[in-house]
Amino acid sequence: MTNRDLSNEQLANPELAVVNIDADSEDLSRSEVLLKGALAAGAVYGALAVGPFVRKALGAMGGSDVDILNFALTLEFLEAKFYEEAKTRAKASGELKSLVNLLAEDEQQHVEALTATIKKLGGKPVAEPKFDFAYSGTGGFLKLAQTFEDTGVSAYNGAAPMIKSKEVLAAAGGIVQVEARHAAAIRLQNSEEPAPEAFDTPLDEKQVLKAVEPFLA
Amino acid sequence: MAGMKQLAGPQSRRRFLAVGGGSTALAAFLAACGSDSDSMSTSTTAMKPAGKSETAQFGKGDVGILNYALTLEYLETAFYADVVKSGLFKGADLETIRKFGREEAEHVQALTQAVKSMGAKPAPEPKAEFPLKDAKSVLELAATVENLGAAAYLGQAANIESPEVLASALAIHSVEGRHAAVLNTLLGETITPDGAFGKPADVKTVLKSVEPFIVG
Repeated sequence: MTNRDLSNEQLANPELAVVNIDADSEDLSRSEVLLKGALAAGAVYGALAVGPFVRKALGAMGGSDVDILNFALTLEFLEAKFYEEAKTRAKASGELKSLVNLLAEDEQQHVEALTATIKKLGGKPVAEPKFDFAYSGTGGFLKLAQTFEDTGVSAYNGAAPMIKSKEVLAAAGGIVQVEARHAAAIRLQNSEEPAPEAFDTPLDEKQVLKAVEPFLA
Repeated sequence: MAGMKQLAGPQSRRRFLAVGGGSTALAAFLAACGSDSDSMSTSTTAMKPAGKSETAQFGKGDVGILNYALTLEYLETAFYADVVKSGLFKGADLETIRKFGREEAEHVQALTQAVKSMGAKPAPEPKAEFPLKDAKSVLELAATVENLGAAAYLGQAANIESPEVLASALAIHSVEGRHAAVLNTLLGETITPDGAFGKPADVKTVLKSVEPFIVG
């Protein structure tokens, strides 16, 4: 028996499998549903780790769609600023220069779209934080870019299941797919595996903030 | 090649949408965010929430969506396996194709497990045949399949009922996006054919595109 078979066997645990999810029920708070969902996830997705799902659920309790969008907006502010600066700081040329320009444009569009959506939902968009990106040269830029893009993918993947509005969810999905495309392209530039795992693991808000904290001035 | 021609449909549409640039993309996003403005939503019919029965032929509710995804992952896995066997690629490109194929196989495994854990029957593996003429057309087909796969997941995200199924579908969706970007790069095409916002594809469009490869 391979390791994978073994882990499937262990995690496809009948006690966990009986946890019922009723996402349509208005009686349950979303976070409660999510927590139960996270517990059941271990049963449903034997191949994926249970731990991160549970932590993610606990970490995100109580967030409204506006909160989640503001969290996303903070990350997009960071990425937009990072690439805008990189146009001159990264010393990129040729193909990479075009990529930096494309990424700067995409992230700026994400900032604008998220800002508009938050306002539309009656919320107040967070102010743009001040950032300090400590890197030098093209290599330093690429290393940071990979961290930001991979973190961005995992942040959206972690937060999206908490989104209540289906429309906001669909739109966030449209953004995370583009972040994943960016991540793959940057990884190719770094000669790294562009899709290192079959599943992009979700990160919770705390994990994401810990990753980006060093760059908040 | 009839199949390639069919597949050109959604890709051309995405390219068309991408041409609109920033303001169109923003409008698309806002339309997706529950806008009641018809003028904005008309240009983005693909963002329209799908009817509940869109994947009914694959099963009820989330099971139907998972089985739909499973069918697509089976096709992708079979495709990459055939491409590896074809001998059209070597070196780094072959390694990339092998890697992607292994990841699709992992998706098949996870989705199968998920359907079974929900007490339902996983969709059968379709018998498939792919035109494998030369490296370039195979790469083009791979790119089309991956871009379509990513769009297919995106098209179902908002229809998924249980958060844990959604979390797992998203974990797969972004990997399909990564694959698509790599193949687009190999072809010298833009990594983001939809612009700054990925566009979803509905079930009908996706099935019509893969139909030419399913035999019996």
